[in-house]
Amino acid sequence: MLLLAVDTATPAVTVALHDGESVLAQSHQVDARRHGELLLPSVDRVLAEAGVKLEALTGIVVGVGPGPYTGLRVGLVTASTFASVLGIPVHGLCTLDGLAYAAGTAGIEGPFTVATDARRKEVYWARYEDPRTRVGEPAVDRPADIAEQVAGLPAVGQGARLYPEVFTDARDPEHQSAAALAALAAERLAAGGPFENADGVPPAPLYLRRPDAQVPKNYKVVTPQ
Amino acid sequence: MADEPLVLGIETSCDETGVGIVRGTALLADAVASSVDEHARFGGVVPEVASRAHLEAMVPTIERALKEAGVTARDLDGIAVTAGPGLAGALLVGVSAAKAYAYALGKPLYGVNHLASHICVDQLEHGPLPEPTMALLVSGGHSSLLLAPDITSDVRPLGATIDDAAGEAFDKIARVLQLGFPGGPVIDRLAKEGDPTAINFPRGLTGSRDPAYDFSFSGLKTAVARWIEAKRNAGEEVPVRDVAASFQEAVVDVLTRKAIRACKDEGVDHLMIGGGVAANSRLRSLAQERCDDAGIILRVPRPKLCTDNGAMVAALGAEMVKRNRPASDWDLSADSSLPVTDPHVPGTSHDHDHEHGHGGHSHSHDHVHELSKDNLYS
Ligand SMILES: [Zn+2]
Repeated sequence: MLLLAVDTATPAVTVALHDGESVLAQSHQVDARRHGELLLPSVDRVLAEAGVKLEALTGIVVGVGPGPYTGLRVGLVTASTFASVLGIPVHGLCTLDGLAYAAGTAGIEGPFTVATDARRKEVYWARYEDPRTRVGEPAVDRPADIAEQVAGLPAVGQGARLYPEVFTDARDPEHQSAAALAALAAERLAAGGPFENADGVPPAPLYLRRPDAQVPKNYKVVTPQ
Repeated sequence: MADEPLVLGIETSCDETGVGIVRGTALLADAVASSVDEHARFGGVVPEVASRAHLEAMVPTIERALKEAGVTARDLDGIAVTAGPGLAGALLVGVSAAKAYAYALGKPLYGVNHLASHICVDQLEHGPLPEPTMALLVSGGHSSLLLAPDITSDVRPLGATIDDAAGEAFDKIARVLQLGFPGGPVIDRLAKEGDPTAINFPRGLTGSRDPAYDFSFSGLKTAVARWIEAKRNAGEEVPVRDVAASFQEAVVDVLTRKAIRACKDEGVDHLMIGGGVAANSRLRSLAQERCDDAGIILRVPRPKLCTDNGAMVAALGAEMVKRNRPASDWDLSADSSLPVTDPHVPGTSHDHDHEHGHGGHSHSHDHVHELSKDNLYS
């Protein structure tokens, strides 16, 4: 097994190479505005560091969000394109699941909350029973509106740091790591799944919001209808 | 012919996901997936809707183009992609896909200019572009007069619209007449049954002291709307066909007049017209008439090559390969305001001795440029 994992759903541009047992190389940069520029050079660096050619990969792992749209799509289209050229499967994982798995590695057992920054004063979030078990679907909400549901729980992710009045026990990790995402994927592959997408179907992004489709105002009202 | 560069081009600057494949100046495939229907109810292109559609359509459209061309990806000599100008989020999907595609295949990547691609596409229809070429680009996003001594390295803006693009004016008038979106095709159709001299709508920026090559369609738009309003207020029926024909005549009259004048002033005997509005039948016929009178050779590609498509990007990419222009770097940005004077975005961080078909790019590219484009994210 040789997996390349990428995630651009959060401010982190993160890439890791995993052979099913351990991480061979990884790259991690936090820059919310430059996913497009940073991702491919990161992939190139990670492969070069591990001395692995792209053709040797057996699968691509990608974080499908939830995340702000523009950056999120960079990872998804890159993963799908690689998979198409190489003829290998692409496995989509919920970005929050990766953070939860990393929380487990950092020593949190559960229950706990994962929250990332959704901008516009909202967070993408989910609750976890333990680092491998999410409770329900990820959601996007204003922190104040979910205060009761997350009260008293440890919380990881940048969303928790941003709203300390709601997430009163914020802990590491703050950022998504493709290494954790890859390790989680390796574990799930060994167990036969599940992933966010079915085999052979490209993973779809978790936007959790409708597009901001501003219906243009009627042409300057010179014409009575 | 077989040693002409084989290039795949990706275009996602607006609402069309286009993937084209060319060999030199020969068109092999032109696959397009459009999200125009999803925008129709909004009366214009909604950027986030377009970006979402690009992501879904990207890989299937690449695969369809390869199949259509009957070539395998390994045979490609390069991957070209629209780096700008265009909608930031939409461009980013295409640029990211092109990078991944080029990288996985070990092929050079060429980030090219959307406007220069609109000009270069005519090579697929009428053979190599004369040098220089005068180009009139008209669409929903642009209205420009460009002089191109070398389409891969030297494109000079002579004039552009100072307010609305020509295609935008068509959309707006169609909305006032309640004809739906996009407005170009329906106005063209109705105008054929109308009288272009019925109403004398204003010709923008054609006074003797106005800029010779710039355009303005905002005043025309308002004049047409007021005229319709007056009719309606008077309780009279609006002669939709005559309005369409007279409005269209005002637009194409100014476009062709200025383009011919630019050709004469610059001593250029070829005029190329591209962009979505170049599909307009009256623009084509009036341009032909006026070019014939002036002894200018007119080149207009077939309508499908005039609207946004991947073949035009591939055409310019093939020219970049042919003329040994430097490839782009892996940190290529999607630049929503890429200037028309940059026909492509050459790389700087590594040598560019790309030999066709080698497995290059295995050396490290860890030099990262501080070329952040803030407008990529809202
Ligand atoms: Zn265009």
